[in-house]
Amino acid sequence: MEIREAVSAGAANRRLVKRLLLITVAMFGFGFAMVPIYDVLCQITGLNGKTGGRQVAAVLPMAVDEARTVTVEFVANLNVGAPWEFAPQVSHMQVHPGQYYQTHYLARNLTGHALVGQAIPSVAPGLAAQHFQKIECFCFNRQVFQPEERREMPVVFRIDPNLPSDVHTITLSYTFFRLDDAGG
Amino acid sequence: MNTAAAPTLDDHDHGHHAGPSPGLMRWLVTTNHKDIGTLYLLFSLTMFFIGGAFALVIRAELFQPGLQIVNPHFFNQMTTLHALVMVFGAVMPAFVGLANWLLPMMIGAPDMALPRMNNWSFWIMPFAFTLLLSTLFTSGGGPAGGWTLYPPLVLQTGDAFPFVILAVHMLGVSSIMGAINVIATILNLRAPGMTLMKMPLFVWTWLITAFLLIAVMPVLAGAVTMLLTDKYFGTSFFNAGGGGDPVLFQHVFWFFGHPEVYIMILPAFGVISQIIPTFARKPLFGYASMVYATSSIAFLSFIVWAHHMFTVGMPLAGQLFFMYATMLIAVPTGVKVFNWVSTMWRGAMTFETPMLFAIAFVILFTIGGFSGLMLAIAPADFQYQDTYFVVAHFHYVLVPGSVFSLMAAAYYWLPKWTGHMYNEQMGKIHFWLSVVGVNILFFPQHFLGLAGMPRRIPDYALQFTEFNMISTVGAFLFGFSQLLFLYNVIQTIRGGVKATDQVWEGAHGLEWTLPSPPPYHTFTTAPVVK
Amino acid sequence: MTTSRIAQAGGIAAGGALLAWSAVAHADFALNMTPGATSVSREIYSLHMLIFWICVVIGVAVFGVMFWSIYHHRKSRGVAPAHFHESTLIEIVWTVVPMLILIAMAVPATKVLIRMADARDAELTIKVTGYQWRWHYQYLNEDVGFFSTLSTSPAQIHNDASKGEHYLLEVDQRMVVPVGKKIRVLTTASDVIHSWWVPALAIKKDAIPGFINESWTLIDKPGVYRGQCAELCGKDHGFMPIVVEAMPEAEFRQWVAKMKASNLNTLTASGGKTL
Ligand SMILES: [Cu+2]
Repeated sequence: MEIREAVSAGAANRRLVKRLLLITVAMFGFGFAMVPIYDVLCQITGLNGKTGGRQVAAVLPMAVDEARTVTVEFVANLNVGAPWEFAPQVSHMQVHPGQYYQTHYLARNLTGHALVGQAIPSVAPGLAAQHFQKIECFCFNRQVFQPEERREMPVVFRIDPNLPSDVHTITLSYTFFRLDDAGG
Repeated sequence: MNTAAAPTLDDHDHGHHAGPSPGLMRWLVTTNHKDIGTLYLLFSLTMFFIGGAFALVIRAELFQPGLQIVNPHFFNQMTTLHALVMVFGAVMPAFVGLANWLLPMMIGAPDMALPRMNNWSFWIMPFAFTLLLSTLFTSGGGPAGGWTLYPPLVLQTGDAFPFVILAVHMLGVSSIMGAINVIATILNLRAPGMTLMKMPLFVWTWLITAFLLIAVMPVLAGAVTMLLTDKYFGTSFFNAGGGGDPVLFQHVFWFFGHPEVYIMILPAFGVISQIIPTFARKPLFGYASMVYATSSIAFLSFIVWAHHMFTVGMPLAGQLFFMYATMLIAVPTGVKVFNWVSTMWRGAMTFETPMLFAIAFVILFTIGGFSGLMLAIAPADFQYQDTYFVVAHFHYVLVPGSVFSLMAAAYYWLPKWTGHMYNEQMGKIHFWLSVVGVNILFFPQHFLGLAGMPRRIPDYALQFTEFNMISTVGAFLFGFSQLLFLYNVIQTIRGGVKATDQVWEGAHGLEWTLPSPPPYHTFTTAPVVK
Repeated sequence: MTTSRIAQAGGIAAGGALLAWSAVAHADFALNMTPGATSVSREIYSLHMLIFWICVVIGVAVFGVMFWSIYHHRKSRGVAPAHFHESTLIEIVWTVVPMLILIAMAVPATKVLIRMADARDAELTIKVTGYQWRWHYQYLNEDVGFFSTLSTSPAQIHNDASKGEHYLLEVDQRMVVPVGKKIRVLTTASDVIHSWWVPALAIKKDAIPGFINESWTLIDKPGVYRGQCAELCGKDHGFMPIVVEAMPEAEFRQWVAKMKASNLNTLTASGGKTL
């Protein structure tokens, strides 16, 4: 009787510990799972103004809303240790939702050797991010610069007419990061 | 010896029938819950003094404007290590120590369910902290990016970085093993008749805390692992340049961090719920609602984390959600405070040292709760965030909150553990010096924060001088008062007036039916609970 | 220790105490949040005071009951303890009543929050970039940009010179803005996370590398408003203050013209003008 109780208690312990370890491992995994979950949330909510640096999947024609004008501001930032000059060609544009527009960012390698960099986009207000469609953008790829090369980098974009009507100004910001594996 | 319960210590029977091993080996190889509890408590007391010394360096530098004693980089190491040592070295292990000593005695179990794992989970900690503290002597110094380890700043840490991460991993493993042990003990080793709703509240709060630990310590481990791979293996979880996001780290960290706050306070609730009824000589008011309140606080702790991040630029909907959810926590917390006050109501109270600390806990923890409610109000939080108002808030919750509950617990159970009464007179002096010191120390920090002083700065504008001076005076008063506690504890261990089995006139519960001190092995025959 | 050294130490201690006391007696103690210089900052201030007083009232009530009990229900007064340990009615009451109080707090808080989130239709946009350890301001519609660095001398910080009135809260170049205009502030950072905080404007927004954050202000009276970096950003986190000077539109225009001509004008960190 005593022995049977003991065995079942030992077995109960083992079962319980196994389950608890399973929870532990699952929660460790959940920590990592928060990465894709967060990305999805960012896409949906425009959290942090992420536009993901991704191209719009299908470029479907849209009705152009001539009656509405939205101001798009262009901003350039350099991350620390990114030895470029980097600036938008124009500081802002007046655009109609639904219509394509093109502009340029200018960048110049300030060093005497080749550099690799990547621009990371961010849109304010965050809720406008999902309505800001980049059709062509230098931010989709890493950019290789020859020594002291100066280059114009195009952005083709369109504002989705579904942009909430109370948004009148959208800021598109790029931060240029140097990639460490430059030249590699 | 009747060993009905003995074989439940499944994969071991080491040292069970015998007494302790002789000499130092006893402490190294012990699997006895009382020995391990003692180790945890002494370790946490040591860490409390080390972390306290760091705090005094911080307060000494802040005594007046200008840089006097340390340079800003070392100051940042002090703030970072003070927090890491106090959270992971002092408060958490102290509660694990209490759990080790008390859970088996409270539920009528012969020991913890997994005694060998218990030994490991303790002995990992001294190594982890040796590792962590030794980073102070590496080139570039110890971690200086704050205990929250926010990237990209934390990635600027020097040679210390991998050691810090390893230390955090070790502490995580230790906590998780401790938590598994607690759950297994409570769920599997209760004496016949000890139903869940008959368990003392300290047991209940620890059961819930242990689940919180299992749920969030692995998440912290994941977060710091990602930091490590970002720094050394070229991943970009938190590096915007590679498509990651530094704010993501904050989300992951606070998903751990907010429940962590409750890990440090729920067992304190349990302690207070044991002590107040004893000295009010009246049963705890609203036992069931205490259990439900604790559970709902634990649940809510998982959905409020981003209130630490109102300034990162969340969408409005997110801010509103986290504001409302955070405000809700005030309800179950209020229930607990009301229950304690009602327990005192129409009791027959006496005010021995544990009760004094418990009463101070109720008042001062509630003040910390009020400032917490203010911080929950997102628009106002924009003014409070990262100021000394936040510092004052969490120190009210953690020092006269968690730490006072630990002091109360130490005085309350010390006679049971050692068999000797502590020096009551000295205990009362310690209490009054502590309660005065802690308020001089932290109350002015509310004013500093509201007046605009950011936290984590080694030097400040002149208008903050007076309150910083006052705060520093309080810090030294509070800090040095703790030496009285140390002295009192040592004296009580070494001898003193014999304590009775019940110790306190109003004490109820299984641990008080055992002799003082309890024999090395207790409840080898399970008691039957009516 | 010799007697003279004890006397010396005593003298220093007494002097220190006296100094501290006189400081206490004279100081215009800053105890509370500033009502600030914008309608939003005033709304936040009222909200803060409202919640504060609600907490005070609840605290006085709860602690009042507790102290009454501590005084009257003492064993030394010979009372016998009661035995009650629950009351469903009262437990429901003290769950529901706090809920109602919370709802009463949440309503005004939500209103302010919604107002703060509305950065639309600003007349001026300034991009603020955090660097270790200084700020860069760029006026997007004006082609004006410059760094703003702590101007307190190291001698003052190391106690080799007496500290000035605005010790640690003074910069070489202020962020100048017009009064009465809605200003949008975009924050970002170049290296680590910083946080741009000016209490009088009730703006505290993290500056995060790679991302821009949006906030706004509308200052109603001219003045100089000082703030600091609020997010730990390394060694000199305590030494990157913010000074905002608000002035009438006409004066602001003059300042813009002067800045455009100035060689301090650097649109980006590396002087993007040459492009
Ligand atoms: Cu900063």
